[in-house]
Amino acid sequence: MRYNALSVIKNGLRGNIDWTRAWRDPEPKPAYDVIVIGGGGHGLATAYYLAKNHGVKNVAVIEKGWLGGGNAGRNTTIVRSNYMMPGNREFYSFSLKLWEDLSHELNYNVMFSQRAHINLVFSPAQRDALARRYNTMLLDGDDGEWWDRDRLKKRVPHLNMDGRYPIEGAYVQPRAGTARHDAVNWGYARAADALGVDILQNTEVTGFVRKAGRIVGVETNRGEIRAEKIGMAVAGHTSTLAAKAGLGKLPIESHVLQAYVSEPLKPFLDAVVVFGVGHGHFYISQSDKGGLVFGGDLDMHNSYAQAGTLPRYTDVMGCAMNILPATGRIKLLRQWGGVMDMSMDGSPFIDRTEIPGLYLNAGWCYGGFKATPASGWCFAHTIARDEPHEANARLTLSRYREGRQIDETGGGPVPNHH
Amino acid sequence: MLRIPCPFCGLRDHAEFDYEGDATVTYPPLDAPEDAWFEAVFLRENPRGRHREYWRHTQGCGAYLIVERDVTTHEIFGAELAHPGMASAMEGAA
Repeated sequence: MRYNALSVIKNGLRGNIDWTRAWRDPEPKPAYDVIVIGGGGHGLATAYYLAKNHGVKNVAVIEKGWLGGGNAGRNTTIVRSNYMMPGNREFYSFSLKLWEDLSHELNYNVMFSQRAHINLVFSPAQRDALARRYNTMLLDGDDGEWWDRDRLKKRVPHLNMDGRYPIEGAYVQPRAGTARHDAVNWGYARAADALGVDILQNTEVTGFVRKAGRIVGVETNRGEIRAEKIGMAVAGHTSTLAAKAGLGKLPIESHVLQAYVSEPLKPFLDAVVVFGVGHGHFYISQSDKGGLVFGGDLDMHNSYAQAGTLPRYTDVMGCAMNILPATGRIKLLRQWGGVMDMSMDGSPFIDRTEIPGLYLNAGWCYGGFKATPASGWCFAHTIARDEPHEANARLTLSRYREGRQIDETGGGPVPNHH
Repeated sequence: MLRIPCPFCGLRDHAEFDYEGDATVTYPPLDAPEDAWFEAVFLRENPRGRHREYWRHTQGCGAYLIVERDVTTHEIFGAELAHPGMASAMEGAA
């Protein structure tokens, strides 16, 4: 069923009894051409682009829980492309372009709102560093602007301009913004299903089937499923699954990142605002339901627990009070944690592996949501053609050995520095 | 809040400590082959379970500790001084 204004009106008049389910709940087939492990945004997007761009329609997405129940449902929904390093630059720029047409592409409103991403500046050194970054973006055809204090005050009137850290201005990417995270998952799931992809929820991979050095299938709690090619998109739990596949150690540590949502408010903030001074790190936006959605840094110690600890919580609230003191009397509605693949240079990999038939999409740190469309596009390309797309040509797994790390922050090979 | 049993200071909130990474990594000699260095610098076991890791009691005694912790349940099994000389000195004192 195609969604459009007419179908909304017709179904509304008929009491909404004619809507059909958005995707099937099929039984697993014994074999597929491609299995994608992980029914988050990246896995679903990969399946969609395999079918759409490469005509590979005999595809299954295997998800151990429910769609988007991992990090796809646990992020702060920010979409931006303010990256500087070659590798990230072309990849995130490509992703933002895909976002701009995603609702039409999927016939599903992903509520992508280009409300601007405002990176606050507090010192001349920070201004210089960001000027270099945003100029690099301009050279590459992306957008970036300097906003002075007056312009900033007009757009975000609640900002504490002269607090502990006086604000000098901001570097801004106007095309950046937010999207509705669930809608992204559901939109890709529905569009992939319509092209013939089987989405298998509550199906957990327990092992891999090997034949002559290749991986030729997976063992699951619903039986063995064969496939010629298998792609892993399970960020947060990549090391655990990779160990089952025999991939060995990876340049990843799992860390927990917390996020928070306030009670719904009337319109308060119509942009994404980011604060970073010293060890303080904070980003905030307002969802369409009115809740303030915000987060900060990692908890900093390795963790597979989908829950955070108190020190980071108080730190983030302190940041909120520092730049938006008006938030001080707002009640917090929800708080949660997601498990991140923190890679050794802060950048992801979309690559083939040393095991024939096995492909890896991992290492998203805490920037995976904005990458969803391009990650799917590039992973599908890599799986279907056995070579990378131009946007993920530098996002290799071998770059660490070659000394070609894509280290956006200059943090070095320490996962929690990124 | 995790609570870490510092050998000098006793049971303290983890907010007093800085996490300093995986303690199972051993760095090879300087003239070791590149592969050994690549593995030590970049590759991690990243287990979902018990993990030996460095913590520094930055806002306490300042000592580097090796803590064994379950990274899923946050259960802490024990903490010892990371420096072998200090560890044996502590044993002598006890």
